[in-house]
Formats: sequence, C-alpha cells, structure tokens
Amino acid sequence: MESCPNKIDISQVDVSRIPRRNAGENIRKLWYKFSLNRVSVVGLALILLIAAAAIFYRSIVPYPEHIGAMVDFKNACMPPSWQHLCGTDQAGRDILSRIIYAFRGALTMGVVAILAILPLGGVLGLVAGYWNGRFVSNLIMRVADVFLSLPTLILVMCVSSIMTPSTRNAMLAISISWWPWYTRLVYGIVTSTRNEVYIRSAEVLGANVWHILLKEILPNALGPILTKMTLDFGVAILAGATLSFVGMGEQPPAPSLGAMVSAGVGYLPDQWWMAVFPALAIMLIVLGFNLLGDGIGDMLSDAE
Amino acid sequence: METHIKEQDNRVVDVKNLFISFRTFKGYTKVLNGVNLHVRRKEKIAIVGETGCGKTTTVYAIAQILAKQARVDGGEIFFKGRDSLRMNEKELKQLRASGISVIFQDPIASLNPVFTIGDQMAEVIRYSGIEGARDPRVQRERTVAALRETSLPDPERLMENYPFQLSGGMRQRICIAMSLATPRDLVIADEPTTNLDVTIQDQVLKILRQRVEEKQSALILITHSLGVAREVADRIYVMYAGNMVETAGAEELFRECLHPYSRGLMSCIPKLSGGGIASGIPGHLPSYYAPPPGCRFEPRCPHAMPRCKQAMPPMYEAAPGHCVACYLYERGTSA
Amino acid sequence: MKSGNDILVVEDLKKYFPVKTKGKQELFVKAIDGVSFSLKPGETLGLVGESGSGKSTVAYDVVGMYSPTSGSIRFKGREIGMLLRERPLPLKKEIQIVFQDPGTSLNPKRTVYKILELPLRIHKICEPKDYVKYVARLMDLVELPYEYMFKYPSALGGGERQMVAIARALATNPQLIVLDEPTSALDVSVQAKIINTLLRLQKEMNLSYLFITHDLSLMRNVASRVAIMYLGKIAEIAPTEDFFRSPRHPYTKMLLSSIPVVSPEEEKYRPERIESRGEIPSPVNVPAGCSFNTRCPFAMERCLKEDPVPVALDAEGLHMARCHLLEMRG
Repeated sequence: MESCPNKIDISQVDVSRIPRRNAGENIRKLWYKFSLNRVSVVGLALILLIAAAAIFYRSIVPYPEHIGAMVDFKNACMPPSWQHLCGTDQAGRDILSRIIYAFRGALTMGVVAILAILPLGGVLGLVAGYWNGRFVSNLIMRVADVFLSLPTLILVMCVSSIMTPSTRNAMLAISISWWPWYTRLVYGIVTSTRNEVYIRSAEVLGANVWHILLKEILPNALGPILTKMTLDFGVAILAGATLSFVGMGEQPPAPSLGAMVSAGVGYLPDQWWMAVFPALAIMLIVLGFNLLGDGIGDMLSDAE
Repeated sequence: METHIKEQDNRVVDVKNLFISFRTFKGYTKVLNGVNLHVRRKEKIAIVGETGCGKTTTVYAIAQILAKQARVDGGEIFFKGRDSLRMNEKELKQLRASGISVIFQDPIASLNPVFTIGDQMAEVIRYSGIEGARDPRVQRERTVAALRETSLPDPERLMENYPFQLSGGMRQRICIAMSLATPRDLVIADEPTTNLDVTIQDQVLKILRQRVEEKQSALILITHSLGVAREVADRIYVMYAGNMVETAGAEELFRECLHPYSRGLMSCIPKLSGGGIASGIPGHLPSYYAPPPGCRFEPRCPHAMPRCKQAMPPMYEAAPGHCVACYLYERGTSA
Repeated sequence: MKSGNDILVVEDLKKYFPVKTKGKQELFVKAIDGVSFSLKPGETLGLVGESGSGKSTVAYDVVGMYSPTSGSIRFKGREIGMLLRERPLPLKKEIQIVFQDPGTSLNPKRTVYKILELPLRIHKICEPKDYVKYVARLMDLVELPYEYMFKYPSALGGGERQMVAIARALATNPQLIVLDEPTSALDVSVQAKIINTLLRLQKEMNLSYLFITHDLSLMRNVASRVAIMYLGKIAEIAPTEDFFRSPRHPYTKMLLSSIPVVSPEEEKYRPERIESRGEIPSPVNVPAGCSFNTRCPFAMERCLKEDPVPVALDAEGLHMARCHLLEMRG
C-alpha cells in the first residue's frame, strides 16, 4: 500500500514553547489528593513509624539482649514501670523490646507474602481477563476458584506439618492461599476495561496486545490493586499472628506478636500486660494499613 | 389562601434576583447570579442555554428539589404569589403533589423499574389530592384517560407493562401522561427529548405542547436547543453562566437576537438552509468558583467594554417585551 | 456511478449479529442489510440515521472492528472487509476513527502526550527524538495549547478532549477518517469549533470523511453527499444540494419535517410536512416488504410484499432512492 507523503511538517514547531514534563508536579498532586483524606495520613504515619522502629531496632530497643533466649526469673512478670514500659514476661524479658523486634517478623510476613504473589496473581488475572471466554481464561479462573475454596488456616497447618513450622513456611502458606484474590480482582478490572472505547481506539491505531495490557489496562487496575494490597498487608499480618499464636509461625525463642499473645493469655487477667501489649501492637499495625489503603484509593482515582 | 399575596399579571412563578451556590470540597461555586424569571398562567416558556449554564438549577429551585449541597444566597421564588423558599414541610408537600410536576431528561431514571406503569400512575394520582384519589377505580379510570390523551395505544395493556418493556419515546410519553394525569399549575420539562431520535422528538414535543394546552398548565421547558424552544415556547429565556442574558417572545427572538452570547449561539447552529457554521464562541464558561465580577460573558465577548468588567449589566428593554442584559442596549429603558 | 479514483467502495455490505435462538430457528439482528456507497478523495459522505439504523455498524465494519457477514469493502481498490487483527499494519495507518464521546475514547490514565505519541510509536512515523515536536505539531493542527501536553484528559473540557481524539486520528497521516457522531455529545458552540477545524483539516490534508450522524442540518453544512439509512438499508442518497432541495423518499421527508429549526428560511426546506408517526421497528423483526411500510403515509399493497430496489432519480445516477412510488413515476 503506497503511502502519501506526510503532510505534517514538524520543522516549524517552536520547541521553546513546549512545557517541560514536570514529574514533581504529578507527585505533588498525588500527595495533595492523598492528604485530603486526613485519616489515611495518620495511617501512613503509623506505618512509617512502625517500619522505622523495625528497621532501626538496634538503636531504639531498650534491652537488646532480651530479644533472644534470655532468662531472668528475678524480674519475671513485672508490671509496666519506668524500667519496663510494657512490663516483662514470664522469663523476665522486656516486652517492649520484644514487640519492637517482632514488628520485623510481622512486616516481613505481611508485606513479603503479598508482594511475592502479586505479580503471579496479577499476570494470571491480566491473561484470564484479556482472553476471557477462551480455554486459558477458564482454566486460570477455575484453578483460582479451587485455591479460594481452601481454608487458609488449614492449608497453613498442612504446609507446616509437612514441613517444619517456620516464618518462611507460614508465608508460603499465606501466599498459596492468597494469589487468587489478585487474579480475580485484575480479571474483573480487565474484563470491564477491555470493551472501553479507548481500548478500541488503541486497537484501531494498531497497538499490540502487550501495549494494551500493560499500558492501557494495567494503569487503570493499579488503583484497586494498590488499595487491596495495602489492606491485605494488614490481613496477612493478622493471619501471620494467628499462625504464630497456634505455634505455626516464627519459632521461639525469637519473638513474634502472635506467640507473645499466646504465651500471655495464660497469665490473664492478673498479669494482663503480657497479652494486651502484643495484641495492641497487632491492632496498631493492621489499623495503620487499613487507614492507609483508603487514602491510596482516593489518590489514584481520576477525579480532579 | 393566605393574604400576603404578591401576584401580578397572573404570574404562576415569579423568581426574583435568585442567587444559589453549591458547596464542594474546594469551596462554594456561585452558580446562579441573580436570576429573574416569571411564567404567567397558561404560558409556555423555554430556558435555553448550554451545559452548565444553571438552567437545571433554576428550575430545581422552583420545584424545591435542589440537592443538599445547594445554598440559596438571596432572592425570592413566588409560586402563585407565595414565597416557596419560606414554605413549611406541609406546604412543600402539597406544592410537589399538586402544584408542580417535573418531567426529567431520562425517563428510565425517573420511572421505577420494579413497578408497572399502572401502579406508578396510580401512586401519582393517590397523592394528588383530587376527589376520590384513594379509590382504586378512580385511579384506574384516570390512568387510562391520561394514557389515552397522550396518544398512547392500548392503555389497558400498557398499564401492565414495566418501563424496560417500552421504547424511549414511549417512556417519555408515559412521563408526560403521569405529570398531567392530575391538574397542575406548572409543568417543568428538563430536556425531555434530548435522548430521543428526531422523529420521536417531534412526536413527543407535539404531545407535550398539546397536553399542556389542554390542561391549561404553565410550562417551563429546559433545552439546549434553540430549535426545540422555538417549536414549543411562547417566550424564551437565554441563559449564560447563571444569568438570564436575554428574554423575548419566541418570534421576536428568532427575528433578531441581541445579546452577544445569543448571537454567537445562534450563529453556531447548523441551518437546514446551509451557509456553513460560524467558528464557535471563543473561550470557556467561566469558573463558578471565581466568576468575573461584572458581566460573566465579558471574557468571551467580542464587544466587551471596560465597564463590562465592573458590574453585571441590568436588563434593558430594547424593544417591547424584549429584554437584554448588556450595556450595548443601555439606551432602552431599564426594565 | 463507479469511477476509478474512489477511495472507498462499499458494495452490498451485510452485517448480521446472531441473537438468542428461538426454538430451532436462529435469529439475527440485521444491523446492515445490503448497503452500497462510495467515497471520493477529499469528500465528505454524511451517513445519517436514527438509533438502530445501522449507521455505526457501517463505521465499525470500515475500520475493522467488525467483519462483514457478506459484501465487500474496498479501500483504494483493495478488499479490507476483515477484522483489525487480520489487517496489515500499513493499512491501519490509512483509516482512522473518531468516536462519539471523547470522555470514553481517551484513556483517563494517559496524558495527552502519551495518547498522541502512541500512533507515532506504532507506525514509526518519525525518529523517537522528534516525538515531542510531532506531538506539538499535532496540537497546533487542532489549536490546542501546549500547556495541555502533559495533562490528563480529565483536566480538559469536552471539546478539547475531542480535539485530542482528532489529533490522534491525524497522527498517522491517514486518507480516510470515520467520524462516528463526533459532536453529538457536545454543545453547539463547541460543535461549531470542532466542525470548522475538521473542515479546515480536510482541505489542508485532502482527507476523506465518512461522517456518521443523526443530525441532518449539520450534514447540510458539512457533507458533499448525504445518505439516509433506515433499518440497515440506505433509503436515499444524493449530493447535498440536491438532497435538501428535492428530497424524494417519504422517510427523508418525514425526517426533514421533524427537525426543529430556528429561522423561516429553514422552514422552506421542509415544505411537505409529513407528520412523524410510529417508531423504528426492532432490527430483529424487520417488516416484510419495504421496511418503512409501518410508518409510511403512502404505504401501498405492494410495499407490504416487495422490497423496493434503488431507483436513479437523475441522469448521472447520483441521486438514488428506494421507494415504489418513485419507481412508478420514473
């Protein structure tokens, strides 16, 4: 097909009038939209604080030696005081120090477990959504259904009883039972976006499948994915805590929030601090992520 | 009726200097900027303007169905001589049940999808307060009569249908039948034919005009199309950015429109007689957050003068019954 | 009627969509049922019809979003009646479309720059270092200020968005642009601006437009020829002047007399007032014989049985209409 000479002449374009791409402005705009939701700013602050504490634990933990297997029966089960802000446990260890250290495990558990399966779940969702109605799509979605019908906790227990109970295996179990949620989410977004007129426009221009999936559809899925991911960090941490509560997570003597609650439950109600402070810590971190998720959704909406 | 009546020359509705703003997350948008409008008994008027000019806000204020974010900053709305902004709940209820009826742009949204046409019409009649309104037989008779008068075929069968079983034109005719099933002082039609094909629009407009005349109601038609306004209305208001910029009898207006905005608008309309289309009106509708302090059309006006920036021009009567809010026509007497 | 230099020739085009089977019989929506027309370079053909007339289906067949059930679509002599994925890339460059609602035809997550850069990338229109300049030039063509370049569509007004969509269609330097109701979602003052821009671009770049619309009075001012569609068939087609001066088909007359006009001069263009009545029947259940017989005030015995064929109403065969009344006269 012979083509006419291009009638669009770019030699006269005055380049100096073209505005500069201003990445800073976009970021400021995102932050502005995020900051409109005051509650999510609180959530963000909470998460940043906890993350900082977990990363720099060495310099802020009051009793670093209390993190491991230390026994000091003289100071066992001490109520909160100026020396031990959250009291001590049955082995005389400082609960605050152990909580700060346990944040590391909790964050890793939640964030890594979800981040690890996000690409898998997302890509499967993109594929299933784009080729909706074909065999590959049905296959992916039915497998996802099967995984969704597995009860997480029982699956985790199976994984842990086949292998040794450990943080890694707990994470593995969470990942296995979690990916289909992302497949479903992305699948839903892709199937609804796929018939948008702007996708048709790109097809008429001659865009290929990868462009359409990654550049046209995916950006529209990003908001819901990030929102769900943030909320899921909290849920996964909760699941992790549940696992360590029943002894399937991080193994002693390393501290984990679930195990600490579990150990402290036996001392309720008299030595309440042993269960209450780790439980509060779990609540705080999950709450932080939940509040944050809300603001991320607002931030990535199209509203001006 | 109460005594504080302020009814001049048979005005059903008399809007005086109405200011309305809406609360948004960025502040208040000052939408209506001193709107004056009146409708006499049995008169059919049209408000013509483009998207976002405030025409819907104006009539929603008259019907007292404004959204919660709306704030009336000033002015009065007299309905049959009584200020509806100061009515109590009971009076408002009556106003909506038997005084004013509204026909919306989208009939599918204004009809309830889970009730039959007959049920919905009976409902309207029941709350209208006419004689025997609670008697199912009266309701049925009235419904059949209303549907028949709207030239809808086979009313008895139609009553058993659900809205989704009917075409867009049929649904809009049902809305017309419903709004005129019982006597009303005023019918407000908000872009009633915008979603319809032109041949169907023609039928619906004809029915609307005919029914309003038969029932001796007054009509306010909102439309973005000057052609539709010309088909239906006796008198036309042209609205721009929250102001009535021009009003005249339909014939007079189409013989010669005066306001620079009306002229611009008229020149943009593709004519059946050909001759091309003007290149549009330059610029944009001003932001309602910070509208121009003077004439709101000044930034786009080809005849703008320094004084246009300072104060909103009042309505000048350029010819008998033909009023223009523009300093170009100052020689006429201020109306 | 056919001449060698037609850029687009559509012949006996049919597009049926299968709908639910009723018993053993399969039912079809006959969206287009035998449509023929041609388009010369630099010309605008207005394809006018009410909802359900099949006008948009013709547009989507031409750009390859649908494949025709039968019939042919030839672009510069070459058969193109196939889906987009079967069309070679250079062909996609030649035919572009502008959709009705710029709110949905521009991706809300992509900036104006990215939207306009896409066609350059796909068709390797210029060196990557010149993309910015090229995008700027496209924005010049549709009179969009450069400040919009890195903005998202949501920051633009309806008319400006449509200008972006037009600029995107121009980017590949196409010869044929299908305009699918490009202004029907916009106010008249914005429409006026868009239409004038389209007409200017047509002259500057020798573009052919297939203009899909429901607005006859717009076509009076834009099109070189006008075709009226009713239930998947062309009822009447003629050069614009001729079409409006002497409309022949009863449906055309009904349409013309239904248009609300703003001046007495225009009234003259709807002299024989044919009252609009009835509604367009469902394309699943097209009436036998002439499909307009349910609404036609002149329907005869013959119209109920026999589908009329197009009759030439002038010497060159440019003015055609499908009506038994005209057959008898001619």
